[in-house]
Amino acid sequence: MSLQSKASGRVVITGIGAATPLGTGVDSYWPRLLAGESGIDTITLMSTEGYSSTVAGEVKDFNAEDWLERKEARRVDRFLAFAMAGARLAMADASFPDDPEIRLETGVMIGSGIGGLDTMTENTRRLHMEAPSKMSPFFVPYMIPDMASGLVSIHFGLKGPNSCVVTACATGTNAIGDAYHIVKRGDAVAMVTGGSEAPINPIGLGGFCAARAITTNNEAGSRASRPFDLNRDGFVLGEGAGILVIEDYDFAKARGAKIYAEIIGYGMAADAFHITMPDNAGDGAKRSMVKALQSAGIAPEQVDYINAHGTSTPYNDKFETLAIKRALGDHAYKIPVSSTKSMTGHLLGGAGAVEAIFSVLAIRDGMVPPTAHYETPDPECDLDYVPNKGRSHPVNIAMSNSFGFGGHNATLVLKKLLD
Amino acid sequence: MADDIFERVKKVVCAELDVQEGEVTESSNFIADLGADSLDVVELVMAFEEEFKIDIPDDEVTKLATVGDAVEYIKSKIA
Repeated sequence: MSLQSKASGRVVITGIGAATPLGTGVDSYWPRLLAGESGIDTITLMSTEGYSSTVAGEVKDFNAEDWLERKEARRVDRFLAFAMAGARLAMADASFPDDPEIRLETGVMIGSGIGGLDTMTENTRRLHMEAPSKMSPFFVPYMIPDMASGLVSIHFGLKGPNSCVVTACATGTNAIGDAYHIVKRGDAVAMVTGGSEAPINPIGLGGFCAARAITTNNEAGSRASRPFDLNRDGFVLGEGAGILVIEDYDFAKARGAKIYAEIIGYGMAADAFHITMPDNAGDGAKRSMVKALQSAGIAPEQVDYINAHGTSTPYNDKFETLAIKRALGDHAYKIPVSSTKSMTGHLLGGAGAVEAIFSVLAIRDGMVPPTAHYETPDPECDLDYVPNKGRSHPVNIAMSNSFGFGGHNATLVLKKLLD
Repeated sequence: MADDIFERVKKVVCAELDVQEGEVTESSNFIADLGADSLDVVELVMAFEEEFKIDIPDDEVTKLATVGDAVEYIKSKIA
């Protein structure tokens, strides 16, 4: 009998794992996040001479050999090592069964906005400065964004659906949402899902500097990311991965899994407006949230907390605020809305995934993380952004937004499991 | 000279394949004994080229199955 025939149509989160600029593992990053601490600092991974932005959220003290055998650890791209760290933590957290029959019907959907940019950079250098024959045989496998899903499936023997989402900064949220649909419709009993990114290298930093998307307020140092603040001037680059184990509800119950929360809604919508700028009425973002609420079958008034995309760019924060008000009406003013990017920086393809994890923890603990470095209110950003310190606040339903270059908008709705 | 080449080959093999020096003998097969896959072999050959400043054409790589094969081949190229 196929395990899939037992699909309940409900999907729950049973394992979480993340490598973030505030630490690797829940016990390291969650208390710091609630305290409003910053994981952002002067860049150490590369020389920043000649770059307009010199601060980022780096994952400190990260050793790939803690998560992979030495030979593989030495050569994999950093985004793959982050994904493996997150997956190992999440699989252990879920106490996921070894049973090969179960793993046959468990899939992987880990996205990356860019893929192996260190690998791309080094091999482009070899190509131009040396010769085509000097390119690594591992260039292609470690550069392609889908290899996080491939590598995790290999290491855990997960033989169900295997795919990858690439939607820029919406990647993490889209990956979880797409994985949610796969489990919901019964194509897998469980999925390992999330996003990973390692963009802090010359071509990544240089590219975002060139796009004028990131902060040049380098003097602000650890306080450079200030979403919704009047003086915000661009996002701060971050790195890391967030990985979740999600499962069919009946399957999770039957095996006695610890359940963090249920995924009850997922919305997607496009701006069809501009390659990098958000729609100037927040239209795609608003429709993404409305669709997510509709798919969850809940009213706007039932939302208790929003983990905003909140990048700290002038446009995103203004138009996301507008979109939240358009989607939720007056209720938007009554609930906490925070941007954890104020503390982690922007993990690009990893962002939605770590933020889904933070939302899960907000539900678990009845504590919402703050928007740090919030000093000067912006008249156009007039919601309750939970300034600077986490707050005790019961969260039954949380919403998490992610928006990406290309006009991708995605929203997840998570719910506390009450039974 | 030959011993010196063997020692240098051994060092490259240990670094590239993450094996201990004690595991590497003249008869060690890169794939069967030292755990290499086809991509590892490509990278290993590139490392030999770098170490000995030689070119190893792709059609000759197939002849290099063991550490001893590599030592003999390299000896012939740099003699």
